Amino acid sequence: MHEVGGPGAQSFAVICAAHAGSVFLWIRESWRSEQLNPVGFMDFFPPENLLVATAGNQIEVLATAEESLRSGVFPLVIMELSGPLDLTSGRRLQLAAKAGKTTALAIIPDGMGSNAAETRWWCAPVFDQNDSTLQRWKLIKNKSGTLGVWNVRWSQSTRRIAVVSEARF
Amino acid sequence: MFDGLNRRVVSLWFPKLASERVLRVRPVEAPFALTILQSNANRLYCLNSRAERHGLHRGMSYSDARAFCPDLVSVPVDLHGVQRFQHVLSRWATRYCPWVGLEGNDGLVLDVTGAAHLFGGECGLLNDIRQRLGRAGITVRIGVGDTRGAAWALARYREGVASAGDMLGALETLPVAALRLTEQTDQALQRLGLRSVGDLATAARAPLARRFGRDLLMRLDQALGNQPEDISPLKTPPHYGVRMSLPEPIGLVSDVMAGTERLLQRLCLSLNAGQVGARVLNLSLRRVDQESQHIELRLARPLRDAARILPLFERGVAEVDAGYGIDQMRLEAVRVEPLPPQQVSHARNGSHKDKLEDLVTRLGTRIGIENIQRFLPADSHIPERSFIISPAAYSEPGGVWNSARPRPVMLFPPEPIAGQGAQPPDFFRWRRMSLATGRATGPERIAPEWWFSDDNWRSGVRDYWKVETKQGRRLWLFYTPQNPGWFVQGEFA
Repeated sequence: MHEVGGPGAQSFAVICAAHAGSVFLWIRESWRSEQLNPVGFMDFFPPENLLVATAGNQIEVLATAEESLRSGVFPLVIMELSGPLDLTSGRRLQLAAKAGKTTALAIIPDGMGSNAAETRWWCAPVFDQNDSTLQRWKLIKNKSGTLGVWNVRWSQSTRRIAVVSEARF
Repeated sequence: MFDGLNRRVVSLWFPKLASERVLRVRPVEAPFALTILQSNANRLYCLNSRAERHGLHRGMSYSDARAFCPDLVSVPVDLHGVQRFQHVLSRWATRYCPWVGLEGNDGLVLDVTGAAHLFGGECGLLNDIRQRLGRAGITVRIGVGDTRGAAWALARYREGVASAGDMLGALETLPVAALRLTEQTDQALQRLGLRSVGDLATAARAPLARRFGRDLLMRLDQALGNQPEDISPLKTPPHYGVRMSLPEPIGLVSDVMAGTERLLQRLCLSLNAGQVGARVLNLSLRRVDQESQHIELRLARPLRDAARILPLFERGVAEVDAGYGIDQMRLEAVRVEPLPPQQVSHARNGSHKDKLEDLVTRLGTRIGIENIQRFLPADSHIPERSFIISPAAYSEPGGVWNSARPRPVMLFPPEPIAGQGAQPPDFFRWRRMSLATGRATGPERIAPEWWFSDDNWRSGVRDYWKVETKQGRRLWLFYTPQNPGWFVQGEFA
C-alpha cells in the first residue's frame, strides 16, 4: 500500500496506472465535483482500462478497496481519501493488498498519511521552459529504503517516465 | 351449466381509458382532456364527461377546445402508458376466464364459454365486471354475443346481451359500421341505402362481393357466426421462481445458505431450460412471525451457474435478522436476460473475466451496481460531453477514443477568475493561490452545440488556453468572448 499527496497526486496515480497496463479500479466518493476526464487519460493509458467505483462515504471507499484488493483481480487499486486512516483500517488494507498481491494507491489530503503505508510520495508539477510534463516527486516515507527527490517527465511516445537530472533542471 | 355447444364472447370497451388512467391517480374536478401531437397540431385525444358536456369532442384541435372551454385542464397523452394499462386490465380480466385478448387499443375480448356459471351466470358475471371496474373508476361498455364480431358491435353501438343462437336478431337494427368496416366501405354502403346490418344480411351476396371485395362479407359472416374468428390471448411471460417451506424454523447463516443452495439449483435448472440467465435475484425469507426479509442480488452479467451465484448471497444472508426463525424461503429471478448455451473449454481462458464480474457483483451489493462505471467515448467536441459514463455491468468497453488536442485529466465546474481581454492574464488568483502565467498555448475555440440546450454553455463560444503557471500547476482556462470573462475548467497532468 502506497500513499501520494500534493497538487500532482492525480498525475502520479495516472502514471502508475499507465504502468499497470491492464484494467484497474479507481474508487472515489460521490460528492467530489472534479470529474475524471477519460479523454485526458488517452496519452497515458487506454481509457477502457479504467473502472470507476463511486461510493457514498469514506467507509464505503475503504470497504470497496479492501474487497477489490483481496480479490486480486486488478493489478492496481486507486482510492481517493478525504480523511486520515485509523490503525485498524490501514492494517486491513495492508493485509488485503498482501492477500491479493495487488498494489493499493491512496490519494491523501496533505498531512493525513497513515502508518500502514509502505511509501508516501509528495508530488507537484514544475514549470519548465521547454517541456510541459515535468514533475517533482518527493519520497517522504519509505519503510524499506532511503528517501529521495526525483524530477521526472512523461514521454508520450514510449509511455514511460524519464528521470531528469537536477543539473539540467 | 355449459352445454358444450355455444361459444359466448364478452367484449369490453373502455371509451375513456386514456383519460381515466390519468384521473385515477390525480382526480381533477374540471373539464379534462388528454392531448396528442398529430401532424404538427395538438388535438384532443381523450376527454372526461365534464369536458364532453362543454361540447368538446375527440380529434378537435386543442386551441379550439381552449376557446370553447377556457378552464380546460390538459395533459399530453402517454400512449405507452395506456398500452401498459390495457395489459394490466387484460391480466385482471383473467380472473373471469383464461382466454383474454386485446381489442384495438381501448378494449378487451373475453371468451367466457363455460366460465360464466362460476359467477352465477352471465348476468352475475357482467354485474361483477361492472361493479369492479366502477369501483376502479373506469367507464366500461359491455357487449355479449356468440361471436367476437357480435360482441364488439353490441359493446360499441348498443350495450346488451345477444341471446344465444340469434345473432342476426340482436344486430339487425344496428348501423353497418358495427361490423368493423373501414370508413370508406361504410360510406359507400350508406349511399347504396344499406344502412343497417339487417339490410346487409338480406341483400344478395354476389354483387356485394363484386363491389366491395371479400372483406365486407367476411366481417358480416364473422359477426353472424358463419365464419370462425379467433381470440388470441396474450402470452404469459415465463416465471422463474422457486420456494421451499421448512418443517422447523431455521436461523443459522449456514442453514439459510444451505437452503438457498437447494433453491438455486432448482432455479438454475429452470433458467437453463429457458436458455436465460438471471440478472436480478430476489430471495425472500419469511419468518415465523409473518415478517418478510428480502435480499436483492444484482448480477454484473446474466448467470445461471448455481456455484457462482451462491457465494454472492453470503453478504446479504449474513445481514438478515432471523428473529424467531425462518420457515419459508422463496427465490425469484426478477429480471432475466437471454443466455444461450456456450461451449465450455477446459482451458478456462475466461476465468479472469469471470472473477472480475463476480467482484463487480460483490461490490455492487455494497455500493450499488450502477455505481461501478466505465467510460465510453462519445462523439462531441464539448469536453464534458466527449464521454459517457455507463454502469460497467450493463456495457461493454468499445468505441474509438480520439482527440486532436491535449485534454486535462481532471475537469471541474468552471471557476471564475479575474481577467481582462482575450489574452490570458499574466497574474491571477485561483483557489486562493497567486499564480503567474509562464506559458500559454491556445486559443482553441469550441462552440456550443446549439441542438442541445445546456445552461453551462449559455455564455457562447469559448476560447480554451492551456496555461502553464510559473508555480507549476498546468491549468485549462477559457475565455468567453461573447460575455467577457475568464474561467478555469480543468487541470493537466
